[in-house]
Amino acid sequence: MKYMLLVFGFHDGPPEGAGAEPTVEEFQAYERSLVDAGVRVDGAALTGEDVATTVQVRADGRRLVANGPFAESREFLGGFVLIDVPDLDAAMDWAARCPGARYGRVEVRPLLQL
Amino acid sequence: MDREAAAAGAVERVFREDRERLLPILAARFGDLDLAEEVAAEAVETVEAALSRWPRDGVPDAPLAWLVTTARRRAVDRLRRNRSEAQRLAVLLADQGRHRAGGWAGPADDVVGSGDDAVPDERLQLFFTLCHPALPVEAHTALTLRYLAGLTTAEVAQAFLVPVATMAQRLIRAKRKIREARIPFRVPTRAELPDRLPGVLGALYLVFTEGYAASSGSALVRADLVEEAIRLARILHRLLPGEPEVTGLLALLLLTDARRPARTDPDGVPVALAEQDRSRWDRDRIAQGCRLVVEALRGRPGPYGVQAAIAAVHAEAPDAARTDWPQIVALYDVLLGRVPSPVVALNRAVAVGMRDGPRAALDLVDGLAAAPELREFHVVPAVRAELLRRLGRADDAAAEVRRALDLVGNLAERLSLERLLDRVTAGGPG
Repeated sequence: MKYMLLVFGFHDGPPEGAGAEPTVEEFQAYERSLVDAGVRVDGAALTGEDVATTVQVRADGRRLVANGPFAESREFLGGFVLIDVPDLDAAMDWAARCPGARYGRVEVRPLLQL
Repeated sequence: MDREAAAAGAVERVFREDRERLLPILAARFGDLDLAEEVAAEAVETVEAALSRWPRDGVPDAPLAWLVTTARRRAVDRLRRNRSEAQRLAVLLADQGRHRAGGWAGPADDVVGSGDDAVPDERLQLFFTLCHPALPVEAHTALTLRYLAGLTTAEVAQAFLVPVATMAQRLIRAKRKIREARIPFRVPTRAELPDRLPGVLGALYLVFTEGYAASSGSALVRADLVEEAIRLARILHRLLPGEPEVTGLLALLLLTDARRPARTDPDGVPVALAEQDRSRWDRDRIAQGCRLVVEALRGRPGPYGVQAAIAAVHAEAPDAARTDWPQIVALYDVLLGRVPSPVVALNRAVAVGMRDGPRAALDLVDGLAAAPELREFHVVPAVRAELLRRLGRADDAAAEVRRALDLVGNLAERLSLERLLDRVTAGGPG
């Protein structure tokens, strides 16, 4: 079963009780452990929201382009990992091991089975 | 004829336990509560039709195995009819082959519990799946009542005083998440247990308090909730005998429920602990609870164990005056260390009032009253009223009771406060 782990950060810094800010090396080590365990399907870190562009298309075909993400929000999507594991418990364990989970939050979303 | 009736009765009893264990077994196999429930019902019907022959032919050796086999055959039939279910059918058939080859798979070494049954009790798995942290807390209690206690959706809705459609939606959403996010049906490992057990215990405790505390709704259904919570806690205790907090919860439920016959007067108005007729407390439940408390307090006691210990001290006292209040205050200190909550602190303040007198307690309550959790809580002015009454300040006490009356929601509590107001205005410290 495939699960998307969406790694969010908080604009105003981490919430109370958060751990230390994770380093790049820690994220690289996490990626390696995903590969070693044979569960990593895909994944990447994203550029900042200041580089984001939002595109919408209206019913009449008109294209709306805006600078930045769609809505101002307290949090930003910093990266994602796509994993293939047996069940939600396994996916939650990988989410908990993600360095981003202790400084921001990791959302676990199963891929829709079609 | 009598022998035949007795045999039929024995079959009934065996069958009820088996029927309860059937759904958890099927749910674990299928990973799908709906499919499990549908084929369980069909299997029970099929086997029940044969029930009439049992007194004549003798009770079959393993009715549970018979039920499971029948249900699994139904599930295979159902999935075969539906081409899109090919993947799940393959899983089910592989599962069937495994069970034919190796018998029941025993729990892995690092898995907790199991009891001494030859057939592992899948109810334990179901407890943990239904109270999974990825499901909302209100779904934990609803699912537990629906699938472990076997209540109908309408009964669960009635128990929580919500419309049937609302409860049905809540159950459907939770089941969809179990299925689509693939929440596993398995018992957590020892290492996971500290994270997972509180959810299960919390759900049982909520079922109990919902039945015990609420005074609206059908009284009968409410008493049923109390009984169900205790029954499920007993099952959990049998499955996890070495877990102090499971033991503590069962002890707490038994000791609290032991007071049920005395906690309301004939009009249904709550009677304060100090004024309850203790001869009406259920001595059997107290004896069971006290035995369990001793077990629960081995090692580092958890919040349920400590609360059970407090209830045990009350249970063993002949009346309020001869209660070991220093011991109760000490236990509240331990509890506050585990659960730093203003409500616990308020309870501790009441105990201090019994140990050191109303003046000391009043200072503590005044210090707590500003906590956001307590600002709208009618118990705070009610406690103040009782303390002021004991200090002989009748007018101040009456004013506090009126404040409590403004905040209180339910009718029985309101009547109880009105009686306090009568007592207060009758005057004099008591």
